[in-house]
Amino acid sequence: MCVGEYNSGRLSDPVTLPKRYQFRADDLEPRFGFFPRTNAVDISDLAQSSGEWLRGGGPESDIVISSRIRLARNLAEYPFVNQAGPAERHEIESTLEQAITGIRKPKLEYFSVDDFSSLDRQFLVERQLISREHAEGEGARGVAIDASERISLMVNEEDHLRIQVMHSGLDLDAAWKEIDKIDNEIERHVTYAFDQRLGYLTACPTNAGTGMRVSVMLHLPAVALTEQVEKIFRSLQKINVAVRGLYGEGSQPAGDFYQISNQITLGRDEANLIGTVADVVPTIIQYERKARAYLQEEKREVLHDRISRAYGILRNAQTITSEETMHYLSRVRMGINMGLIKDLQIPTVNELFIYTQPAHLQKMSGSEMNSANRNIERARYLRDNLNGGEAPSGNGGDLI
Amino acid sequence: MKCQYCERTATLHITELTDGQVKELHLCKEHAHEYLSQADAGVPQPTSSASSLAHHLTVGNTAEDLARLDQKVCPICGISFYEFRNSGRLGCPNDYTCFQQELEGLLLNIHGETSHVGKLPGRGATDLAEHTRLIQMRRQLKEAVSEEDYELASKLRDEIRDLRSEFREGRPTESEPKAKKPRKRQAPRPKPPADEGSQD
Repeated sequence: MCVGEYNSGRLSDPVTLPKRYQFRADDLEPRFGFFPRTNAVDISDLAQSSGEWLRGGGPESDIVISSRIRLARNLAEYPFVNQAGPAERHEIESTLEQAITGIRKPKLEYFSVDDFSSLDRQFLVERQLISREHAEGEGARGVAIDASERISLMVNEEDHLRIQVMHSGLDLDAAWKEIDKIDNEIERHVTYAFDQRLGYLTACPTNAGTGMRVSVMLHLPAVALTEQVEKIFRSLQKINVAVRGLYGEGSQPAGDFYQISNQITLGRDEANLIGTVADVVPTIIQYERKARAYLQEEKREVLHDRISRAYGILRNAQTITSEETMHYLSRVRMGINMGLIKDLQIPTVNELFIYTQPAHLQKMSGSEMNSANRNIERARYLRDNLNGGEAPSGNGGDLI
Repeated sequence: MKCQYCERTATLHITELTDGQVKELHLCKEHAHEYLSQADAGVPQPTSSASSLAHHLTVGNTAEDLARLDQKVCPICGISFYEFRNSGRLGCPNDYTCFQQELEGLLLNIHGETSHVGKLPGRGATDLAEHTRLIQMRRQLKEAVSEEDYELASKLRDEIRDLRSEFREGRPTESEPKAKKPRKRQAPRPKPPADEGSQD
């Protein structure tokens, strides 16, 4: 969840990354490699890629951005996180850190979240590797990440352990296989809170049973443009599938990204829950395709105009907010998928959604910026990456 | 437009669909943040947030019933049912046993079921009460230290250490044959409610 410029004014902390995670502008390799290659072997693994799910491959990836599965687990011998004292939280963390770093494959790098500056925590939120709650929490807590950024494990979030696996496109079965294996590996070293009757026990009863949340992130610009979102959501509710905008201010989520996920976690097995979500995806894809066909056939000029204007603004703006960027990027993304924009690739646009967010911009430029400067930097970044126009010559500050 | 929870201007407008109902939210920056921070990183929150949990629980109970329920306390972690109702978060695994009756309706309401089907831990279910006893012992240890009863404290410390190493030793032999393949199973029969009193 991300709301436009949510973090403005909260970035007073100095950038104090742990050494192994430190960022320098010249570490960018290729364009978006955030993790320095010079350190230990496992860190260089992290540098290999950045957010595999962003690359935009995978089945149905023009509409389905990513498939994600999350498992909630707790240790039997400790109170849940909200009732655990500082000493207990430390014990929980070190127990799980040992179990996590003991996994040989995939190799996971463990970080203490408290060691990160607020900017770095924000960065991990934008990257979808930790939750906002985890970023803003207090006390001993951590995150483990694999080189491809497909896997992340949060320690001492709402539950002792939250395992997350994210795949590009519609690929829930592969995500399940991967997460199931990690869960088994960890469980060799710890005793989970598990009840014969209720299954895996969680801090909130909404997660009990399987502890599993399956979600698919969809890009539905045409459904949104043709105002069919509510209709679809209402029918999903009836079959216990929840829908939520990914980024959002206003009633229409910025960027037209929607997450659908299972509401029920108890009384059905994992395959069934995955099926509940996976089964509705083709229908929603159909809706989006039909809406696109309608726009193309019936509203061709209007559609073409909106997409071209969006592209034009992104390539030429001199200052632009996060929300506006998402709004236009969404149209451009649709334009590429509909063949109306030919000189731009989907992975580039997918990345721009993430890299134009506040913490990413600041980390890439290597300095902290206020909201106004971020908007200028964001516009510059977009022009650079979309082969757009130049910055105003002379002193741009004299505009007003 | 004003925020629906305070006097500030609403800057964020959310449309939520809950149980087929469209819910409009108009919130100021702070309340919006509070509202949104309840969610996982991008993962949709189940519609049963803490507040609607509390709502589920109050349905069908008289004020006296509620007051009585609220006072029930878990002997292991020490939270009252009232605290759970307020926060929407339980205090320890034993709460599921201790508040079993109270939670039954809630679980049914959220999931439509009250019995787990699906993955089992690799080594099968361990005796949960054996493990949650450690939670209680650590709490007693903390109390003993704050009351300067060092004799009791050192006794508890030894017991905790022994119990933990007992679990650790039991682990490899237990887990080796079973860890490889998680088994599936049918819905189990509900077990009889555990005797909460025995742990105190």
